[in-house]
Amino acid sequence: MANPAPGAEVIKVDGADKSFGAVRAIKNVSFSVAAGECVGLVGHNGAGKSTLVNIINGGLAADSGTVRVEGMVLGGHHTIATARDHGVRSVFQELSLCPNLTVTENTHIAHASLNGWGWRRRAEAMIRAKLAEIFPGNSIDCRRMVGELSIAERQMVEIAMAFSETGAQARLVILDEPTSSLDASLATQLLGYVRSFVASGGAVVLVSHILGEILAASTRVVVMKDGAIVAARPAGEFTIPTLVAAMGSVARERDRRVTAPATSGALVLSEPGVAGSIAFAANAGEMIGLAGLAGHGQTRMLVGLFMTQGGDWRARRDQKVVFVAGDRFVDGTFPRWSILKNLTVSLLRDLSRFTLLRLAGERQVADDWKLRIGIRTEDLDNPILSLSGGNQQKVLFARALATRSPVVLMDDPMRGVDIGTKQEVHALLRAETDKGRTFVWYSTEMDELCQCDRVYVFREGKIVGELRGDDVAEAQVLAASFAGAVA
Amino acid sequence: MRGWLNAERVRLLVPGLSLAFLLAAVFWLQPRAMSYTGLNLLFNLAVPIALATIAQMLIMTVNDLDLSMGTFVSFVACVTATFLQSDPLVGMLILLACIGVYAGLGVLIHLRGLPSIVVTLGMSFVWGGLAVLLLPAPGGSAPDWIRWLMKSKPPLVPMAIVASILIAGVAHVLVKRSAFGTVLRGVGGNERSVARAGWSILYARAAAYALAGFFAVLSGICLVGLTTSADANIALRYTLLSIAGVILGGGEFIGGRVSPIGAVIGALTLTLAGSFLSFLHISPDWQIGAQGTILIAVLALRLLLDRRGKMDAAL
Amino acid sequence: MNILKQAFARPWIWSFAATLAVWLVTIAFTGGASTLGLSQAALTFAAFSIIVGLGQMFVITLGPGNVDLSIPATMTLAGTLSLKLMDTQNALVIPGLLVAIAVGIAVGVGNYGLINLLRIPPIIATLSSSFIVQSTAIWSNRGLRIKPPPSIADFSTGATLGLPNVAIVALVLSLIAWVVLEKSIFGRQISAIGQNMRAARLAGVPVDGVRFSTYVLCATLAALCGFLLSCFSGGAALNMGTEYLLTSIAVVVIGGTAVAGGFGNVPGIWGASLFLFLVVSMLNTYGASAGVRLLLTGLTIIAVVLAGSRTIAKPIGSD
Repeated sequence: MANPAPGAEVIKVDGADKSFGAVRAIKNVSFSVAAGECVGLVGHNGAGKSTLVNIINGGLAADSGTVRVEGMVLGGHHTIATARDHGVRSVFQELSLCPNLTVTENTHIAHASLNGWGWRRRAEAMIRAKLAEIFPGNSIDCRRMVGELSIAERQMVEIAMAFSETGAQARLVILDEPTSSLDASLATQLLGYVRSFVASGGAVVLVSHILGEILAASTRVVVMKDGAIVAARPAGEFTIPTLVAAMGSVARERDRRVTAPATSGALVLSEPGVAGSIAFAANAGEMIGLAGLAGHGQTRMLVGLFMTQGGDWRARRDQKVVFVAGDRFVDGTFPRWSILKNLTVSLLRDLSRFTLLRLAGERQVADDWKLRIGIRTEDLDNPILSLSGGNQQKVLFARALATRSPVVLMDDPMRGVDIGTKQEVHALLRAETDKGRTFVWYSTEMDELCQCDRVYVFREGKIVGELRGDDVAEAQVLAASFAGAVA
Repeated sequence: MRGWLNAERVRLLVPGLSLAFLLAAVFWLQPRAMSYTGLNLLFNLAVPIALATIAQMLIMTVNDLDLSMGTFVSFVACVTATFLQSDPLVGMLILLACIGVYAGLGVLIHLRGLPSIVVTLGMSFVWGGLAVLLLPAPGGSAPDWIRWLMKSKPPLVPMAIVASILIAGVAHVLVKRSAFGTVLRGVGGNERSVARAGWSILYARAAAYALAGFFAVLSGICLVGLTTSADANIALRYTLLSIAGVILGGGEFIGGRVSPIGAVIGALTLTLAGSFLSFLHISPDWQIGAQGTILIAVLALRLLLDRRGKMDAAL
Repeated sequence: MNILKQAFARPWIWSFAATLAVWLVTIAFTGGASTLGLSQAALTFAAFSIIVGLGQMFVITLGPGNVDLSIPATMTLAGTLSLKLMDTQNALVIPGLLVAIAVGIAVGVGNYGLINLLRIPPIIATLSSSFIVQSTAIWSNRGLRIKPPPSIADFSTGATLGLPNVAIVALVLSLIAWVVLEKSIFGRQISAIGQNMRAARLAGVPVDGVRFSTYVLCATLAALCGFLLSCFSGGAALNMGTEYLLTSIAVVVIGGTAVAGGFGNVPGIWGASLFLFLVVSMLNTYGASAGVRLLLTGLTIIAVVLAGSRTIAKPIGSD
């Protein structure tokens, strides 16, 4: 291995800014990784971790600031391809293998230089050796299709591929939640390999929600919050409680409505707790928060709650639940339609006579909601995509609130929405709960969770904690979201 | 036990078993079919269908679909029975140009993000029109060499079987074993990550279409070798048969999951279904109905096996 | 100016403009002698592709991958069975029509049953069911050519107030389809599913129910068309539906319905069907062959999708 001397800078980000619409994801962040170090990167949802990681690996271009790879400024030409040429590799949370190819064949896709006669044999030897080096004793059959492997095996293959060497040597490997589907012994093997890789002059950026792993593998820990780096110290100077404290904010005045006792209304929705998960229950008039790191099963539960209500074959007039999408492109908007049609799609049965729509009635309802929720447009017949993200989200809220359904499921609907819109919608939601509506609200924003009567905290697909009343506070949510942090 | 019986092989098992079952049934009903001539008769028409199925499979590898396969093969048949016979050089040039057009379609579809179904639908009218212009009434005659090739009698194993094995073998090496085929299937499986690894999707798609054009040209030539003359509608059913053959052989519309060996088996099964019914003394009216039923039965069987497989994996 | 702009923003206006141009050219070539005859013939033959095109439009609007390949087989089976039942007797016309409709409903139920139960793409489900339907038609036909009852034969070849009766049927069906598509819950739901099936489900649209009804509707229209066509042409032929497989898709696509789903267009089907027929007759008057006709049809389809792709690439309201 011809690794650079320890201490030589592999990557350096200087004063990087990145905004998505109205939201500044990271603000003036400077960050560097040197050969021979493993940097642990931690922070809660929206802290800016994934934006920073994507700027390093070339997936995103920063709005301002510079990125230097091995001392060279790559400027606007820093792409995933150039990053790879300089030995910057990433293991993404979303799997990037081709499920219909074997492990060996995927190795060929990732390393184009494995070509010519006998490529299959060479690719297999290489990936086998790397898998054996990182995960000794594994029994992955490299001739099997990736789609047939378990999720853990897929993740192992992906990790081995990032560390393997052909053409450009792996200098910096970014591991984003690498152990999310590995069991404890495999995770230990990986962390051991990370330490030896670092010791031999490689560099690693490790993102994980398991703080014990961060402290065990990293040489240095960088804590992010609200798009900025708030602490960066050698790992030895942190303990789990001090890490959690560093991620939190200064104690904030709780902005929460005075509520009736939490179990006032009748039970409207429930799900039994299975396999180590706490049971879920929602009562009439409650505002229930779903917390935890993004992607830990909150959306899946909300969609599951919606689907189990039926309605595949016939629309129900007394639909019990409605859904407010957060991922607007995937779950929410109908891009060919006007604002009006997007708003009324869940109301069609109430707006029709003998299955024919009463168009005047439809327009009246839409106009009412345009005023009530403040959709900023001249004409409701404009296409939905002519609206800003926040206003599109208001349309989705209006779509749900205009129905008569007593339960509203919300899948982190405020992501990427400006603060003004948020406050308007919060006020509306409060008024609706007072009328007896129930909200189940998955949110990645702490101030929103703090408005809820009760909060369920998710980790690894299960509900691991339930907070009520005054316990609903940032420190408690953080502690439950990160494994190993609960005493 | 799971090591040998992986999902890929289970997928091949269903079409393989259905072909074996049909063949056994035919032999049982008509023992005389169990001979050199009998087998040749049973499978003769399968050769061009198998080639067209491989062509369709290549398009499906990159998540597209070719609705013009039947008219294209008909057009090639017309060219073969006219120009290739009378003026071999011009004939060759026309066929080469056709392959070029296929590559161009791949480029067009990729650059403009067009739905392949609609573009090839348009092309099916184009090829059909060209075929009618070339051969308004059935006629022409096959070049002697292809007639000789298709009617030749190799020792021990009939030509149809030899050709089918050869087609399956070549396509298997090309699509499943070569580095190039791996990239093609990768495009079908996860286009984004293949592009991210630095491959040109445009080139891959153009290559897949050109190769498909090549196999379809072979299909048309072989068809004329068997029928000795051509007409503009000679292979219209190949569009549907080629799609059915790929699916029957374990392929899927999206996800780059294709199997060349399975596709050839699928084509053989569809051909045999007709003969089977005639041996059963059921009227040939039901021939295509039987093809449809086999298709549905195999898909249902596969669904069951997939479910079993998923349950195994979950445990 | 604004009105013009609005008119040209509608995708189907082009097919009508093209139709008008072709019509004028043909009339001019023949010196106006055949104006009435040409128009009547165009309306008659376009009517059949309009009826199947309507059904195909609803299916294609359901989104990518949705297409009904069983239309030709359904037409043939409906025509064959209903003629057989009517057995040239005027009194049995209504039962014959009902049989045709029953065939359509049965095929539609079968199609969606396969899609839903076997979880296979609609294209392969309708393909495999079409094989079976076609075989049933061959079996029941037995090469006999039964004539339609005189009353319905006269109706389907006749005209009222100068308008061919089949065109009137197509017009009535188109009006109903237009109301369903633009003004009813069902039309909205189809469009929602075609744009984003997951979002539609999460907005409370009964996705399975709507898709099921759409496939049944499409097969029923195909059956009705098969009934009319076999009465019009004096008997059911086994290949009578063949050309409608590609035609039904072509008129939908040329007519401005979004190939990617979510947006259907009824007037465009009229424009496209008339256009396709008039191109044929124009070329016929020039003495061009069937080959040229097919060639031009294909190039038109490709040109239309190419033109459509350009507008999609450009963001809305960029000028």
